[in-house]
Amino acid sequence: MMDTASKPFLRTDAASFGRTEGGGPNVSSFTLDNGLDVVVIPDHRVPVVTHMIWYRNGSADDPIGQSGIAHFLEHLMFKGTEKHPAGEFSKVVSALGGQENAFTSFDYTAYFQRVAREHLRTMMEFEADRMTKLLLEEAVVGPERDVVLEERRMRVETDPSSQLSEAMAAALFVHHPYGIPIIGWMHEIETLSRENALDYYRRFYTPENAILVVAGDVTPDEVLRLAKDTYGRIEPRGERPVRFRPRDPDPVAARHITVSDPKVEQPTLQRLYLVPSCRTAKERDCYALELLAEVIGGGPTSYLYRKLVLERGIAVNAGAWYMSSSMDETRFCVYAVPSEGVTLQALEEAVDEVLKTVPEALDSDSIERAKTRLVAETIYSTDSQSALARIYGSALAIGETIEDVHRWPGEIEAVVKDDLASAAERYLVLRRSVTGYLQKSAS
Amino acid sequence: MTASVEIRAASPTSVKTLVSPGGIEAWHVESDVVPLIAVAFTFEGGSAHDPEDRPGVAQMLARLLDEGAGQYNSDAFQERLAGRAIELSFNAGNDAIGGSLKTLVKHADEAFELMRLALAEPRFDQDAIERVRAQTIAGLRYQQNDPGVMATRRFFEEGFAGHPYGRPTSGTPESVAMITRDDLVAMHRTMITRGRIKIAVVGAISADRLSGLLDKVFGSLPEAQPLPFIEPTSLKQIGSRFVVDLDVPQSVIRFGTQGIAWREPDFIPAYVLNHILGGGAFTSRLFQEVREKRGLAYSVGTSLVSYRSAAMTWGYTATKNERVAECLDVISQEISRLTTDGPSDEELQKAKDYLIGSYALGFDTSTKIAHTMVQIAFEGLGIDYIGRRNALVGAVTQADISKAAERLFGDGRMLTVIAGRPTGL
Repeated sequence: MMDTASKPFLRTDAASFGRTEGGGPNVSSFTLDNGLDVVVIPDHRVPVVTHMIWYRNGSADDPIGQSGIAHFLEHLMFKGTEKHPAGEFSKVVSALGGQENAFTSFDYTAYFQRVAREHLRTMMEFEADRMTKLLLEEAVVGPERDVVLEERRMRVETDPSSQLSEAMAAALFVHHPYGIPIIGWMHEIETLSRENALDYYRRFYTPENAILVVAGDVTPDEVLRLAKDTYGRIEPRGERPVRFRPRDPDPVAARHITVSDPKVEQPTLQRLYLVPSCRTAKERDCYALELLAEVIGGGPTSYLYRKLVLERGIAVNAGAWYMSSSMDETRFCVYAVPSEGVTLQALEEAVDEVLKTVPEALDSDSIERAKTRLVAETIYSTDSQSALARIYGSALAIGETIEDVHRWPGEIEAVVKDDLASAAERYLVLRRSVTGYLQKSAS
Repeated sequence: MTASVEIRAASPTSVKTLVSPGGIEAWHVESDVVPLIAVAFTFEGGSAHDPEDRPGVAQMLARLLDEGAGQYNSDAFQERLAGRAIELSFNAGNDAIGGSLKTLVKHADEAFELMRLALAEPRFDQDAIERVRAQTIAGLRYQQNDPGVMATRRFFEEGFAGHPYGRPTSGTPESVAMITRDDLVAMHRTMITRGRIKIAVVGAISADRLSGLLDKVFGSLPEAQPLPFIEPTSLKQIGSRFVVDLDVPQSVIRFGTQGIAWREPDFIPAYVLNHILGGGAFTSRLFQEVREKRGLAYSVGTSLVSYRSAAMTWGYTATKNERVAECLDVISQEISRLTTDGPSDEELQKAKDYLIGSYALGFDTSTKIAHTMVQIAFEGLGIDYIGRRNALVGAVTQADISKAAERLFGDGRMLTVIAGRPTGL
């Protein structure tokens, strides 16, 4: 499974994190002697726990020429250890009435199970075992590589809009590995070997590099005791592995990308801007960008939708999103779907005209509305222990703190109109952008 | 009446039937841990009731309910929702038009009032109709050559030829272009009534307060008129194979055969059987044989589908064009092996353990609980079903499985649809 970028018809919310005004989760955290970080999020409504282990490495840490290795290893992690042969962990999870999966993103890889509370220890035993004792038989590597190749065919090779997304990211990040797809390039996945996977595994799968998140019907004491008994037995490596991330140069060139394919019956327009993330932003730019995305592109009351769809009728849909949760500089996306008979060029011109008016058009009503929605999402997220586990796990995995997560709603509330105007003026500029056209080709 | 969500041993969630003074019935779980309220509801009657030459009316109706209602035009209505972070949405399937509402407790009155307006007084303004029409057509075109969408559409066209279930629920660009305001108004009048509704509410709201709100929202709806009858049917073309030609390197496969409806007594054994064959876990036979051992596909699985007037078992996978024949062989061998030999006793026990143990996982958010309850109500299974369900699974025997396998798979023939450019078939 992968976390991937969105398509123009789906609005993906940059995850909204936080504690609630109504008294949110009472989160505890501690670190084991071997360096493993632990986060506990109690939720006693049902006798169920979500057990997640996060590693601070993702596709952006793939060695050059081995794109897709983080994701391939995620698949191979289900292939057994000395103690537990391939498939045994899954069988046990299933027989206990649990559910499991894993996902790879640019900055992290995570594994999770959802089980009745009394099975937490068993999950920890298995997960701790495969942190360092993976045993990859050559015979399981080949078929699993085929599975990943089929996954890529399913997600990308049969879908021109995914091909556009890949091409746009590759153009946006001229140097940084965020320009390489999480799943990897087809020709490099084909060459990934058992040795590549094991080298990568030995480098990153260590207690210092992992974060244990347990959400659900548990107490911090109980989790600490179980974690010490299981994960605590893993030998420390001394220090956390270093993630080397190059920085993109300050962009100077507006770029245009077109994917033309005979299968495309509905053209779409996308624009990506290279912008700071919540980790790289100086001052409070990332909160401004977060709110800006909501004000100009969050649903049918947003500025872009009102201007392009409701007023001018030049688009049937329009919006924006911001991928704030990243270690390094990240993407801010504006998208629009043209009305019948409107060319992508005409739509692009209209989008640029509307974007130019953003700084003076910002009104306090729409800013308040956007704040209300973003802060409400943090309350809604407290209804789901899995959502909470993901919020805290992903934040810690990119180097944020629990305090950062809890501060988020307050920071959003504190953004003022001038912050938004200045973020728009500074970052939504063409030299920082890639514009993508998805269109039908003649044959 | 009260029933327990029996999830392992502890903390039963109490589901109560609530009947408002105005006679509106809802299933209610009161829980004040999180300051929100989640509502799910369904109205009987959906895309199967679309005019014969104009599929897509029910879905378009669902998309228009929040595009202007009462004194608010579309933009004003959306602004009221957004201003309080109220999430209101509607959808339409073959047999029902459904919806859900999520709101912070402090905005409950406004949220229920907006839901009432959307259901009882949608405006169907011409500009909103044209906008939603354009969005719908653009969405259909966007998916037009998606292999998964094409395979599914062809599967229904062949499997339910001549029946309303054979038509695309979201319509076609051509049919959506023909839909008139009168079509929408007529369907709204027939479907959105107080007679055929199921409602579930979960969250921080007392029965008293909820009763009043339910009366306001649903009590204002008209009494039901009879719904046009949808002829019961079953999957056709079993034994046939169709290829939808598309220039892509991977073929999407849909396969299907007879099913057993959720309402039928034999459903639970079929459900256990389906889990063993291709249910959601990594342990299913198809997952093991197709993915784990042979690397034929990223995803493979099967599920039971219950419509009001038909039931089927169907499955999905996708493999590169060169391996389609091999993949189909593996799938039919597994089905035939399971039908002939049955699962081992251990396999059956583990499947039951999983289904029993994992049931609670579906009750961990307010939205999921509301959604599950309303489905159970819609199927007419009774409020005690949640409490009974695990015992039903636990009671399934090898003989039940064998009977279900015979009913589902019989001689092993299937309707198969492949979208792509498969070789060697």
